[in-house]
Amino acid sequence: MHELSLITSVVETVTESLAAYPGARVEKVRLRVGALAAVVPDVLEFCYGIATEGTPLEGSQLVIDVLPVVVHCISCDRNVELTGIQSFRCPVCDEPCDDLRQGRELEIDSIEIEDADEVKQ
Amino acid sequence: MTTRIVELRRGILKKNDELAAELRARFAAAGVLVLNLVSSPGTGKTALLERTLKGLKARGARVAALVGDLETDNDARRLASSGVPVRQINTHGECHLEAEEIGRHLDDWKELALDQLDFLFIENVGNLVCPSDYDLGEAIRVVLLSVTEGEDKPLKYPTMFNSADTAVLTKMDLAGPCDFNRELAIKNINEIRPGMRIFETSAKTGAGFDEWLAYLAEEQKSRH
Repeated sequence: MHELSLITSVVETVTESLAAYPGARVEKVRLRVGALAAVVPDVLEFCYGIATEGTPLEGSQLVIDVLPVVVHCISCDRNVELTGIQSFRCPVCDEPCDDLRQGRELEIDSIEIEDADEVKQ
Repeated sequence: MTTRIVELRRGILKKNDELAAELRARFAAAGVLVLNLVSSPGTGKTALLERTLKGLKARGARVAALVGDLETDNDARRLASSGVPVRQINTHGECHLEAEEIGRHLDDWKELALDQLDFLFIENVGNLVCPSDYDLGEAIRVVLLSVTEGEDKPLKYPTMFNSADTAVLTKMDLAGPCDFNRELAIKNINEIRPGMRIFETSAKTGAGFDEWLAYLAEEQKSRH
């Protein structure tokens, strides 16, 4: 259960980045979360509501894009997407694959903001 | 109404990752092999470590350990009996260790000189979920699985097993009474992390420790 500390870090980072956009209002915060990251998206969302209270992010929407695991298959010589995280085998040729190319991401992708002058109108 | 999208593309754990990278460089420069031990509570991290520290010390290696726990210094006291430098980190509720804690405790540990060590073991908080996201700057992440936990643990916690570099089966002396299916456990580990080295040990009888200690010595030598 480290979702709250992760979300607190998201709030801090986004708040810092808002310094470049004075008065802007945050509409959405978009995260990229790999299927192998040790977090539960629902818990992240729950924590987001709590962690954003009283911050410039209050009332904004958290969008989580879950990224599937991608491994490199040596036999097929290409990157392949796994359908789950219960078996690290190429879905095409069934060879075991230990070369992970995607799936551990825990990133803030982007934020959607409404500019200050727009808010005033 | 105009809205705009600002790309941030920033790791949520960027601070931890940066600190871990600094630690990794520091460990490499000092020539010390750092291992991060992860498992469920009760798998036997401290028992494995106790015997490992003694075994390495007997072979002339210079070793030390940092031990993470929510509360109590029981593990550090247990390990101190092996006669090697041990320091406790109490996380007070945090379910994992972070790179910042490792750096801070090493800085505060005045008697310890990293460049005078061959091995530094970090015993993480007993938890098979959260520690997998936190890089501590270790060279090798070791995941432990005891025969009392069931063969399907790797399938239940793929995130952790996939993030590890080496696996150690513990309490092998209880394999019989627990009806532990060794082949199935190994198959499941390989399903999640193909090709991972697996050691089968009993800290009680010492079974498997020759191979385990030889592996550690080999890794230490090959990297430094």
